[in-house]
Amino acid sequence: MATDDSSDSGDGATRRDFIHIASMGLGAVAVGAAMWPLIDQMNPSAEVLAMSTTEVDLSAIEVGQSITVVWRKKPVFIRRRTAAEIAEAQAVSLADLPDPETDADRVQKPEWLVMVGVCTHLGCVPLGEQGEYGGWFCPCHGSHYDTSGRIRKGPAPNNLEVPQYVFIDDNKILIG
Amino acid sequence: MSESKFQPKSKIVQWIEYRLPIFSLMHAAVGPGYPTPKNLNYWWNFGSLAGLVLVVQIITGIVLAMHYTPTADLAFASVEHIMRDVNYGWLLRYVHANGGSMFFIVVYIHIFRGLYYGSYKAPRELLWMLGVVILLLMMATAFMGYVLPWGQMSFWGATVITSMFGAIPFIGDAILAFLWGDFAVGNATLNRFFSLHYLLPFVIVGVVILHMWALHQHGSNNPLGIDTKGPQDKVPFHPYYTAKDAFGVTVFIMFFAAMVFYEPNLLGHPDNYIPADRLSTPGHIVPEWYYLPFYAILRAITFDISIPGTNIVIITAKLAGVILMLGSILVLFLLPWLDFSKVRSATFRPLYKQIYWLLVIDVIVLGYVGAQKPEGILPTVGLIATAYYFIHFLVLMPIISKVEKPKPLPESISNPVIKAAE
Repeated sequence: MATDDSSDSGDGATRRDFIHIASMGLGAVAVGAAMWPLIDQMNPSAEVLAMSTTEVDLSAIEVGQSITVVWRKKPVFIRRRTAAEIAEAQAVSLADLPDPETDADRVQKPEWLVMVGVCTHLGCVPLGEQGEYGGWFCPCHGSHYDTSGRIRKGPAPNNLEVPQYVFIDDNKILIG
Repeated sequence: MSESKFQPKSKIVQWIEYRLPIFSLMHAAVGPGYPTPKNLNYWWNFGSLAGLVLVVQIITGIVLAMHYTPTADLAFASVEHIMRDVNYGWLLRYVHANGGSMFFIVVYIHIFRGLYYGSYKAPRELLWMLGVVILLLMMATAFMGYVLPWGQMSFWGATVITSMFGAIPFIGDAILAFLWGDFAVGNATLNRFFSLHYLLPFVIVGVVILHMWALHQHGSNNPLGIDTKGPQDKVPFHPYYTAKDAFGVTVFIMFFAAMVFYEPNLLGHPDNYIPADRLSTPGHIVPEWYYLPFYAILRAITFDISIPGTNIVIITAKLAGVILMLGSILVLFLLPWLDFSKVRSATFRPLYKQIYWLLVIDVIVLGYVGAQKPEGILPTVGLIATAYYFIHFLVLMPIISKVEKPKPLPESISNPVIKAAE
């Protein structure tokens, strides 16, 4: 009986072992390729990805007022800060901040604070002009943000996110 | 009197049995052919009750799905349509919504029964672990079901719970987009939750079958926690426990019906009758009552954990909360190996019995803290109660099982009973 196909080089590996490993390997690749569409369908679809920018007219906002606009289905807070709030935000020492960031790094013009109104803890919408630091307070799990939207107390790990935006002119911004 | 061979008289049954032995399977599973310890008390009713509620949930769920629309614009209105226009829709929905609560009441009692009588110990470790898998599947199913009416609590509950995955370092945001199918909870999320809410109960049925298969391998544990020694310790499941279970079912259905007909919204939240609004978070978000202890654990850690003496944060407060919350359930998988005591029943374990009741109180305290706003001393209470929860399982259980001197065990199930009668 021919034994060529089952015994080969001296180290114990046979042609049959090679065939087994090669076919199992190819099989794994095939299963992976077949699985990928089933997995990737869960990711945001093309029409969701297409909605990327929001333009906002700021002219009607008085000092000390906030508005909320929607960008990528998320609320964005736009606050025209008072002089006292700006001073308070700038006076904070970085050592007091869980997520150190200067106020200057978070605004393009000190008067206008623009940030995503989603608590960095578990995604609730914080309430404005509340909390122990005069900024925002998240009612869900008690995170306090200051007048620059920086986390000061509570379970949230990060400052409120500042989205990409540009001033188109003095009274208009484009978010996204 | 425990063993009984299956001998059908009917020719039809014999004909079928010869080709598909399904009657003998039932006979051996829940019939006279399944010998059961004769001393089971009413705490052993809750397994069959859980099976009953699962069937109720599947049946009411299938008919509700015939009237519900899983689309963000129409979901809320379709639930109101069920409540107002569909024939008996109000009844079907209230049974299904309260059925979820009933399922958890029954299963929590079932779990604490197992904890008290040591039902997780050898040789029933896999039986116990399959039960924990069922609990996890139930929690996922109930969570997704609560999102479907698309009210304020639905929407914000979904946001808060899915956002937990954002705590995973580096890939958190990508995982969130994957779960949501969007940059926030939206129509894509609602659609997939509906799909999975319909699927998972059948997965639960599958694991329940494994759970019962493992149960039948060694039979039920019992209040004395000792092995059955022979036929004198057992009675046939039918008619003894079918009758006892039927009595329990009757009492349970009275309680269930009282909830459905008199207080159908007692365990719900008024905010969920407000349509979902992505710009306004309700003032006070609380999950359904059955998640409250876990929610308290999620919120317990309010500080980052750093390398001592430095400012380098290794675990953020958010991630720590998520890890602890998942850990509070996963620790149950390890239970059979954290308890070294060979004695199963707490009846004979004076020290374990005390910490058992402390655990019950601790879980109730956690549930209370989870329902309240995180103000005043409550966060501290929550932190202490969370710490105690883990100390119970990871420290006290192993130590007590080593140092405790158990009371003498009875010789057999039938012996003390017979002696007492003489």
